Amino acid sequence: MIQVDDVRKKFGDQEVLKGVTFEVKKGSISTLIGRSGAGKSILLRHMIGLDEPDKGHIVIDGKDIVGMKTPELNKIRRRFGVLFQDGALFDSMSVSENVAFPLREHRGLPENEIQDVVMQKLDVVGLRRHTQKYPSEISGGMRKRVGLARALALDPDIVFFDEPTSGLDPITRGAIYRLIENTHVDGKITYFLVSHDISGVMAISDEIMMIHDGRIVACGTPDSFRTSSDQVVQQFLMGSPDGPISID
Amino acid sequence: MRLVNFIKSSIVGILDMAEELLSEIGLVLMFLGEFLYWAIRPPFRIQETFRQLDFVGTQSILLIVMTGAFTGMVSVLQGYNAMSRYGAESLVGAATALALARELGPVLTGLMVVGRVGSAMTAELGSMRNTQQIDALLSMAVAPVQYLVCPRIIAASIAMPFLSAIFAFSGMIGAYIMSVEYLHIDAGAFMSAVRDYVTSSDVTQGLIKAAAFGLILSLVACFKGFNAGGGARGVGVATTKSVVLSSVLILFSDYLMTAIMF
Ligand SMILES: Nc1ncnc2c1ncn2[C@@H]1O[C@H](COP(=O)(O)OP(=O)(O)OP(=O)(O)O)[C@@H](O)[C@H]1O
Ligand SMILES: [Mg+2]
Repeated sequence: MIQVDDVRKKFGDQEVLKGVTFEVKKGSISTLIGRSGAGKSILLRHMIGLDEPDKGHIVIDGKDIVGMKTPELNKIRRRFGVLFQDGALFDSMSVSENVAFPLREHRGLPENEIQDVVMQKLDVVGLRRHTQKYPSEISGGMRKRVGLARALALDPDIVFFDEPTSGLDPITRGAIYRLIENTHVDGKITYFLVSHDISGVMAISDEIMMIHDGRIVACGTPDSFRTSSDQVVQQFLMGSPDGPISID
Repeated sequence: MRLVNFIKSSIVGILDMAEELLSEIGLVLMFLGEFLYWAIRPPFRIQETFRQLDFVGTQSILLIVMTGAFTGMVSVLQGYNAMSRYGAESLVGAATALALARELGPVLTGLMVVGRVGSAMTAELGSMRNTQQIDALLSMAVAPVQYLVCPRIIAASIAMPFLSAIFAFSGMIGAYIMSVEYLHIDAGAFMSAVRDYVTSSDVTQGLIKAAAFGLILSLVACFKGFNAGGGARGVGVATTKSVVLSSVLILFSDYLMTAIMF
């Protein structure tokens, strides 16, 4: 279980997170939605300990990772898989080396078994034929899928996905959602997604939260979102330029 | 009055620069501490270190041989011009050998490696920082300093003495050819002067300097790259600063070490 408690973060005089509080239930698929620039990626960086909040706590399975020492934090991070918004692939390594990297670092597997896992992971994201290419030689959507394969390489029990389907064609997008659903084990593995692909995440999420103006403004099941009378939520779901949320 | 103001503001400007340089050196020293912390802890990145040794060392050899040979040749020409005024032409080889072993070898190799390797290290690490590759390492519980920085600093500190020796050796070959073939100095006189005047401590001093320069330039390069922000422009700025700072520090520490070791 991940508890985010009153997390605040300022960059200069722009207060991006103004006291964010929510909970990700263990073993659920939870999705954070919100407009571009709302602070979703920043919040995710806080949850994996890359940024320190100015104030607040982030508690993962009972341990507050804010201010935690690196060795202890790394113990928790070993259970993580992270898909960065832009992939964050190692550009000095080929596609298969990227996926093999976490396996080499944390599993003392023999080389042939590593290659088996790598091929299997690349197979599910549809990149079996591109293993020897380098990140600069594949498309943006392909990079995202390699990032996904790398994030899932260790079969982690907490995975953070920053926009897993943005920039993908509809078929690949469907395949990614299927992959997320298939690899998820209810009650055991926690998936936390950041997305603005409303229809997609509505279908697979157990819980959805919406961030707006530095705070969580709504939180609940996909159904409760659909039927919500909250003007902010409805405007976001409808994608209407008119309403309480202004464009600027 | 205007002149006084000008002098005043110049002095303030220079003091500001000195202060910035000092605080910069402080940060680099803290980075050195971090390097040492991770360097003595497993896992040791042997494979990465060899890859860097190849990049810093092997791939620099051609450049170092060429610059070394030309430096040796030009030293002989200049030395001959000066020494022939005292009728000491036959000592030109020894003088060149001393200069190459003690000073020109380590310093010029250091500056060449700053240009070829230090800049590349800063640019590579800076671009990794800006494309979140360093964050990706952190998120996978891999220490970026240990994985990226330690192999580079260790490799540069090991490779530099070898490169400096190669520089001096190529320089001596250039010097020999220049002296014997072109200036018609007696080959035996050339060699015996070198043997008589150059001691093993001259050579060791040069090698120690070279290792120190390797440490300095890779430390600065990694520090600047590791902390580069602001996209492609930021990486460009960091690379420039890295080259300037390591060149200055190499010449400064060269003076310090020479003063101490003399
Ligand atoms: N390092 C930084 N320095 C200053 N401001 C920052 C920094 N990082 C992020 N911000 C600001 O924080 C805000 C939130 O950024 P974030 O990347 O979290 O948005 P997002 O919700 O992920 O948007 P998107 O859906 O477009 O990815 C933005 O307004 C951005 O300008
Ligand atoms: Mg984002």
